[in-house]
Amino acid sequence: MADLTTNFAGIHCPNPFWLASGPPANCGEQVMRAFDAGWGGAVWKTLGEPIVNVSSRYSSVDWNGQRMMGLNNIELITDRPLQVNLREIAEVKKRFPKNAVIASLMVDSTREAWHTIVKQSEDAGADGLELNFGCPHGMSERGMGSAVGQVPEYAEMITGWVKEVARTPVLVKLTPNITDIRATARGAKAGHADGLSAINTINSITGIDLDTFTPRPDVGGFSAHGGYCGPAVKPIALHMVQQIAADAASCLPISGIGGIAGWKDAAEFILLGCGTVQVCTAVMHYGFRIVEDMIDGLQNWMDAKGFRTIEEFRGLSVPRVRDWKNLDLNYKIIARIHEEKCIGCDLCYIACWDGAHQCIHRDRTAEDHGAHPIPSAVEAASRRQISVTPIPKLDAASLANHKPHATPLARIPWVDEEECVGCNLCALVCPVLGCITMEQVDTGRAPETWAQRVAAP
Amino acid sequence: MTFVQHPEVAQRFTELHPPFHAQAALVEANRCLYCFDAPCTVACPTHIDVPKFIKKIATDNLRGSAATILESNVLGASCARVCPVDVLCEGACVMHLYNKQPIEIGRLQRFAMDDFHDHGSKVPWKSQREKPQRVACIGAGPASLACAAELRRHGFQVTIYDARPLPGGLNTFGVAEYKLRAGDSLREVDFIRSLGVNFRFGVTIGSDLEQLESAYDIIFVAVGLGATRPLNIPGEELEGVVDALTFIAQYKTGQPIPVGRRVAVIGAGNTAIDAANAARRLGAEEVHLLYRRGVQQMSAFPFEFEHAKQEGIQFHWWTQPVGIAARPGEHHVAAIECVRTQLMDSQSIPLDGSNFAIPCDLFIRAIGQTPLVDLLARCRGVSLREGCLVVDRETGQTGNPKYYAGGDCVNGGREVVDAVADGKRAGAAIARALDSQNG
Repeated sequence: MADLTTNFAGIHCPNPFWLASGPPANCGEQVMRAFDAGWGGAVWKTLGEPIVNVSSRYSSVDWNGQRMMGLNNIELITDRPLQVNLREIAEVKKRFPKNAVIASLMVDSTREAWHTIVKQSEDAGADGLELNFGCPHGMSERGMGSAVGQVPEYAEMITGWVKEVARTPVLVKLTPNITDIRATARGAKAGHADGLSAINTINSITGIDLDTFTPRPDVGGFSAHGGYCGPAVKPIALHMVQQIAADAASCLPISGIGGIAGWKDAAEFILLGCGTVQVCTAVMHYGFRIVEDMIDGLQNWMDAKGFRTIEEFRGLSVPRVRDWKNLDLNYKIIARIHEEKCIGCDLCYIACWDGAHQCIHRDRTAEDHGAHPIPSAVEAASRRQISVTPIPKLDAASLANHKPHATPLARIPWVDEEECVGCNLCALVCPVLGCITMEQVDTGRAPETWAQRVAAP
Repeated sequence: MTFVQHPEVAQRFTELHPPFHAQAALVEANRCLYCFDAPCTVACPTHIDVPKFIKKIATDNLRGSAATILESNVLGASCARVCPVDVLCEGACVMHLYNKQPIEIGRLQRFAMDDFHDHGSKVPWKSQREKPQRVACIGAGPASLACAAELRRHGFQVTIYDARPLPGGLNTFGVAEYKLRAGDSLREVDFIRSLGVNFRFGVTIGSDLEQLESAYDIIFVAVGLGATRPLNIPGEELEGVVDALTFIAQYKTGQPIPVGRRVAVIGAGNTAIDAANAARRLGAEEVHLLYRRGVQQMSAFPFEFEHAKQEGIQFHWWTQPVGIAARPGEHHVAAIECVRTQLMDSQSIPLDGSNFAIPCDLFIRAIGQTPLVDLLARCRGVSLREGCLVVDRETGQTGNPKYYAGGDCVNGGREVVDAVADGKRAGAAIARALDSQNG
């Protein structure tokens, strides 16, 4: 069985799955239940000066009947007294000495304030510190959170202050609300941070109530920019994590954050260099119990791949991301439609015609095969057909099934392989697994990149 | 036009396919793949753009969804309830080949149409310039209603004639109440009326056809079929012998015929099953369905057969009535005398000495309807084949360019949606013909 024990920048924990700083890690009672459920660590909801929250605080984006594809919040840092949080951190560490507790911190940008909170957190028993330079709403208006993370010099300065007194590893949590996340990552590294957490939430307005015209979440008829998270942001997070991991000037141990909801997501973040992953939205949606399959699934996958530890596969995909100019122009794939699996939805056909390169056709059985009628003509021809209700007694023939494929041949599209550019779109829209595969064809040409092509001879 | 459902009928004929709850409709709508040139749309005789109206449910555009349905089928509300979707849209759904459970198109269509009619049935298309030509539609069933709506959309003047006191034809009088309530049929007709269609009820067209010819530019014949075929066996005139359509119309209009304890139904089509199920729901302890052939030859849809079994109908295959016995001293049915049959050269042949009797208090004939040959023959210049009017399939035009036709009197008796498709095609063709006169 694969070993998930983790040493992340000097922070030890039984597995790389941490609760991210947020509502699920709001109090000791929650964190202890999370550890009971199997979570390896928890980043405590950000400690700082007292704040007041508003109501409501969350809003979400649903997609095609699925709830919470993306989640947005305008909640601030902890609204519980600092002493209560510190006392509970101590209690959790006493009861769960093997699990990691990281104190997320955000205070005014003064050396004294940071020194004080660092000492208090470490005295309470925190295994590490996460400097919240990422929160994009509310606190940023007061010069904290992403207001720091958006200015690399500030990030470097405050990280430096913290490092003056910190005895535990210091992680800097980065905001994605910046042109190039590497700038702040470099600042953190220059300030001697021990690790990075990426990404924090993305500035967002999730939607607008079409009756009241108030954006969500509604606070008495008004709203504010919130932080977007959940499955929708994963691709953005993966991109930023890869950017940091591939940049020597910013690269530190990375705790990956952004839309992680299952073991596959975690494996992807680790392949792009992360040593731990943090989860919030998925726990807010389904509860702490989701960690069981994250652990189980990751171990089963690692066993299948022959990886004994996280370190054996961490970062393997980082060098697989290149600049576009270094991709092989002579690598060629084309779409193959496996007729026996086709259900005749013809989504590939319309996607190729309207959204790609007009090289999937539906005229297998047409008399003028090869004429490639446009979609509206195909549809119009269907609508001209006279259909009647087949009555068993009268219409046995039309009730017969179709051979050899379950789908009538006329509805099974085919790919003009000469014209296919290998864009993947048809395979992406096809609802049937394995019905459209993208297959490599030999162009007979040696690999050549754009960089090579335009290089001086 | 309001129609109060008989309270006992309402109680006994709860809906077979109850309406979707709004959120369930959303979940189901989101399951639709939104196929291109969708097989469900091709399979529908009226070619409703199914993925389009389903996606509009998913985007919370119910008015647009209903308008999409009405664009192809003005009787979308009744078709949603009465269509044999298993052999039409839902039977064609690609989900059968995918995860096996087709989209519940019929119920989604009902969801959109109920919303439309619950919100005042406001006409979803622009009114046309009025045109002077007049069209008479004979019969107020689905074919005429669809034809009339199409003609009104083009601005022509339409009057529908029907012998009955209420419109809707079989939708109002002939469809099992657990599928389509008479009141729902009439609500839909009200929408057609709101398009500016005139109705004349209680008018039986016959010898006055010539007057119609001179008063109207075009006559659309959609008279349906006539009386239920007689069995031509002794005792058919007894009390307690009724034809299925009368039996169904009576209970639907709140005057149910008493069923007694035991009911026998002859025939194995969809109407026979509707009548048998109704007899059960109206209180019969035993309902026997007799058919002179076997289960393989029955003309009812398989899902109707399954439904009948669930209702507790007892099937007697290879059974042919030869006479109807009266109660001693009464002029009322007591039993059906039957013989066993067997198939020989694709004919069912009675077996000698196999006589037996099935006691019953009501005997319902459901062996199909006869064509209204006398009436159809009055239409000059048209030709009949096997009692059905011969028309051009694309236009519904008969041999006489003044006469168009559609529905059961053309197709011999198919589904409501087939009649609607006939009426729509004919309406469009008539409009083209009349517009060419207008120049």
